[in-house]
Amino acid sequence: MIVGKTLAEKILSEKSGTDARAGDIVIAKVDLSFVQDTTGPLTVRQFQSSGIGRLARPERTVIFIDHAAPSPASSLSNDHILLRDFSRRSGCILSEAGDGVCHQIVPEAYARPGDVIVGADSHTVTAGGLGAFATGMGSSDVAVAFGLGKTWFRVPETFKIEVNGEFQKGVYAKDLILHLIGKIGADGATYKSLEFHGGAIKKMNMSGRLTIANMAVEAGAKVGLFPSDGTTRQFLVEVGRGNDYRPLDADPDATYEKTIRINASKLEPTVSRPHTVDNTALARELKGTKVQQVVIGTCTNGRLEDLAIAATILSGKRPAPGVRLIVAPASRTVLLEALEMGFIKTFIESGGIILPPGCGPCLGLHQGALGDGEACISTANRNFEGRMGNPKSFIYLGSPATAAASALTGEITDPREVM
Amino acid sequence: MLKGRAHKFGDGISTDHIIPGRYAHLRSNLPELAKHVLEDADPAFVSKVRPGDFIVGGSNFGLGSSREHAPLVIKMAGVSAILAKSVARIFFRNAINLGLPVLICDTTKIDDGDELEVDLAAGTVRDKTNGSLLTFGKIPEVMLRILNEGGLIAYIQKHGDIRV
Ligand code: SF4
Repeated sequence: MIVGKTLAEKILSEKSGTDARAGDIVIAKVDLSFVQDTTGPLTVRQFQSSGIGRLARPERTVIFIDHAAPSPASSLSNDHILLRDFSRRSGCILSEAGDGVCHQIVPEAYARPGDVIVGADSHTVTAGGLGAFATGMGSSDVAVAFGLGKTWFRVPETFKIEVNGEFQKGVYAKDLILHLIGKIGADGATYKSLEFHGGAIKKMNMSGRLTIANMAVEAGAKVGLFPSDGTTRQFLVEVGRGNDYRPLDADPDATYEKTIRINASKLEPTVSRPHTVDNTALARELKGTKVQQVVIGTCTNGRLEDLAIAATILSGKRPAPGVRLIVAPASRTVLLEALEMGFIKTFIESGGIILPPGCGPCLGLHQGALGDGEACISTANRNFEGRMGNPKSFIYLGSPATAAASALTGEITDPREVM
Repeated sequence: MLKGRAHKFGDGISTDHIIPGRYAHLRSNLPELAKHVLEDADPAFVSKVRPGDFIVGGSNFGLGSSREHAPLVIKMAGVSAILAKSVARIFFRNAINLGLPVLICDTTKIDDGDELEVDLAAGTVRDKTNGSLLTFGKIPEVMLRILNEGGLIAYIQKHGDIRV
């Protein structure tokens, strides 16, 4: 009897030309490889010393300048020079400062269902939202993928995450993924593929799927995969790449290591407390926790849909005294659309600070660093000690709605209180 | 045979503990960057570590970012191997790609400062301070070949291709 395949097994079978099953080691063709400006310089150096000489496919190799964009320090500017130089000489694509975060632009411009994508950034998993086997690797691995157009993988076992029910008002994809990570732990899915199914997933828009896939790595997963369906098709049509669509799903008789069932109707606004993502609580349980900074943006929640939710809550209001509100759209496209929709005006009128598209304060090397003892609620994906530039500060993670509501009150707030 | 002292850390040491994002401006200046290795987990680590020493972690060591600079600065500090109960996926692959062994074993009984002897071929860790002998899990074949060549780039320089 031939047993069916999970999404990970299907994609890796196709790209390796083998019957790939969980546990196998395969060499798979890489459809897109990329780096960003903090991992790129080492990748370039490793590529140069590897002796491979040229890129396997320059038109499917991308360098993103997004983490320190525009550069806050001369040494980082020099790294940018090195990256621009490399792109000119090698013929690869360069995404400039101000274009946006790699994990936003990859789904907008490059990723296709069924692709294998490797990026020198852990949140490369984001493109799993549209059915690409996308995973983060280090500089050496990506350097070799640049040159050979392939890499080795251990085919992961898969956890099936079955989400049914209806999301209640004020509850979003971010709350679902924070809930899941809180439940299974920061190493609960190490080396695994998380595959999302169920009625609530079928109805979820691409923005929500990308948010969930983005955070799969926070449970240790290698990939977070969604079937490619009508929503995927609609998304690709909207970004002008309708031809890149293909339907893709796991076989009904695929083998899963386990199935985790979640009832979306029972979820509430959820927050990760310092200093680990799995340290979750309900937003309402954290009432009274003061914050001095609110960040809306990043590759997790910096899309138009996220800005729309935040703008609706903030419209016509001001943040509580002593609260800095920072908004960083994930890409130039998102910024332009948010401008047209009037969201940017709303943020500025609400006392917000608009940062250029990019990573913003997320990793602590740019504007928005926290002071000693300060607390921030951010829509990002990581709250490790020191993450936002100061090991003596405290980072909470939540949805754009929770972040916006918290800006209004100056303390962590369940968004249903202000909606 | 690798010999050195244990530097013990707890569970969940992240890449931000090992080399925080706020030092990203030093990533092309590795000697300077290396001065901050593990700073947010133990600020004194860099002054205590001696060539050949071991990092002994708990569970999920190296979680977080894909920055290969994390295992790189650990290697630059002279650390000869990382021992942990479990290791995050990207960090594991990065360390092996740099020729730095990562050994999965039950590190509960190893104390900070213990004298260790690691036999990579036999798969054992001898704790000379408390007399115990541990075995560590097998490193997958494909990673072992990369490790034995001194890392991925050295492997590619020699073979020009990857094989499994
Ligand atoms: S927004 Fe944050 S998590 Fe996303 S790529 Fe940038 S630094 Fe990484």
